[in-house]
Amino acid sequence: MKAMNQVSGQAISLPDADIDTDIIYPARFLLITEKKGLGRYAFADRRDDPGFPIRAQEDRPILVAGPNFGCGSSREQAPWAISDIGITVIIAESFGDIFANNCFRNGMLPIRLPPNEVEAVRVSAEAGETLTVDLISRTITGAGAQIAFTVPDDQRETLLNGWNDTTRILALHGEDVAAFEAAQQQAAPWLWTTRN
Amino acid sequence: MAGTLYEKLWDAHVVAQAGDKALLYIDRHLLHEVSTPQSFEAMREDGLHVPRPGTQLAVADHSVPTHDRDGLIADPQAAAQIALLERNCADFGIEYLALAGEDQGIVHVIGPEQGFTLPGITLVCGDSHTSTHGAFGALAFGVGASECGTVMATQTLWQARAKTLRVTFTGQLQPGVSAKDMALTFIGLVGASGATGYAVEYAGEAVEALSMEGRMTLCNMTIEAGARTGLVAPDAKTFAYLQGRPRAPKGAAWEQAIAAWRELPSDLDARFDREIAIDAGEIAPQVTFGTSPDQVVPIGDLLPGGEKLAKPMRYMDVHAGDRIFGLAIDHAFIGSCTNGRIEDLRSAADVIRGGHVAQGVRALVVPGSMRVKAQAEAEGLDTLFAQAGFEWREPGCSLCVAMNDDRLPPGARCASTSNRNFEGRQGVGARTHLMSPAMVAAAAIAGRIVDVREVLA
Repeated sequence: MKAMNQVSGQAISLPDADIDTDIIYPARFLLITEKKGLGRYAFADRRDDPGFPIRAQEDRPILVAGPNFGCGSSREQAPWAISDIGITVIIAESFGDIFANNCFRNGMLPIRLPPNEVEAVRVSAEAGETLTVDLISRTITGAGAQIAFTVPDDQRETLLNGWNDTTRILALHGEDVAAFEAAQQQAAPWLWTTRN
Repeated sequence: MAGTLYEKLWDAHVVAQAGDKALLYIDRHLLHEVSTPQSFEAMREDGLHVPRPGTQLAVADHSVPTHDRDGLIADPQAAAQIALLERNCADFGIEYLALAGEDQGIVHVIGPEQGFTLPGITLVCGDSHTSTHGAFGALAFGVGASECGTVMATQTLWQARAKTLRVTFTGQLQPGVSAKDMALTFIGLVGASGATGYAVEYAGEAVEALSMEGRMTLCNMTIEAGARTGLVAPDAKTFAYLQGRPRAPKGAAWEQAIAAWRELPSDLDARFDREIAIDAGEIAPQVTFGTSPDQVVPIGDLLPGGEKLAKPMRYMDVHAGDRIFGLAIDHAFIGSCTNGRIEDLRSAADVIRGGHVAQGVRALVVPGSMRVKAQAEAEGLDTLFAQAGFEWREPGCSLCVAMNDDRLPPGARCASTSNRNFEGRQGVGARTHLMSPAMVAAAAIAGRIVDVREVLA
């Protein structure tokens, strides 16, 4: 995974609440089994709406979204498609849980802020200001002000280092897993039949 | 110390701890064709294998056609996706339940019916409705494709512990009211993100009274309130449902397992971070009117209004102050991982009573699995549905996700037993009203949304 420490650029404002992953990536495109190049399908059914702020790759790496962004389906195609149109930071009051996890797994940073701070960032975004999101100092800096954000330590470190979760677990926790499995075979042997 | 069901499940699966995250052991993983192609690809890139293939079970459900399944799959993209799942499973040693076999079905229907889902386990799937399996007292939650790969290769996932929310349904449901109405009531009450960050445990007299099918419906919809996990304490009904299932423990192992499972329910003095009580006796049949599952009203109510609802209500072409009762529909769908089980089909069939699908309405019944289909056919439900003008289909996700050719035209209005009324969910521009199987059957026959309690009276 590509490492991230700072993202700078203009932001897109999409204030609608409950933008679900079906809107982000309509189900009919889930027949595609690739993960690259999905940006062309991002928000496919909204792009004809002239008021819709996201068209295609626009060199605006930050999205200021509405509450509960990415709710619904667990499809990872949603963050893949968003990433493919160049967005790597999403700022919102709240996110769909699985979507937020999926972002972290793909070098993207979902930032949760209180509603008033989302609005402050939105004002900067709509004014076309350049924003800088710094994962090291955990701040969002615009023309006027700076806003601090929090992000879980482990996910921050993973992003900063571009770690691969899977190979890292294998490298660091092989013995822990073996010990757990030995104990579970004693405690719950029915989970360890020949079939499993 | 007293613990909740969730805490007991969590504590029993911690492999390692780092800060506020735990590396959780994952006992079982269900796979389907949509969320795993990229997981397998990532494993190949990293040169990884699956150490415990027997803990994984795969089936195709999302993109499968629900008619004409004897020959080749007509859609080449769907055919390729399903073939890829089969090939990936063969390459990594994972069992795949064939499309033509007697065990195929929607992943959240086949897990329980195979006895693959068990109390006390952790179970994940690349699908948000994995919360369904919590009906058995399993810690089950949806994950993304990357996480599917991590689970296959490591049998673990880093997770943050959720807060606990208990929803107690007191009293008893009225006739004609079901688990779907309980779920929609809860979602309407807390909102689409109202339970985000919580693990929800459903309790109380009305939950205990539900069948396993009903409990699955309730847990299935938990994600529509934002929570990834819904739980019901395992009890005698849970054990009776599982006993003798193909993958459930047998003999002495079964006795040993149920002794352990009896320890799982939340202790009497366990504390939850949040508690909600709902009087089940007050619940009327629920119908959604917007494009989020929390935009829902009891059948007798007038539709609300307000700025926030303007956009969804415009999409749905409904208006503040109107009744949802009497609204004409042109499509009906009975099926999905929410309501595609045998009890759902029985409750829909029970409403028919010699009636026929209204003129101008197209109605589909899609059983949740081949086993559900066989059971329904053994009971003559297929004939009952067919004679009443419903189409009787092969198992799959069908009109719940509209990835196959079961797709609605723009402007269509559908009474649906599925779980999401999102914009375009059943087809671009199509409008979805979520409700129970009995309500959908009643709407199909009336040609408009009605109160099933009046039909049954």
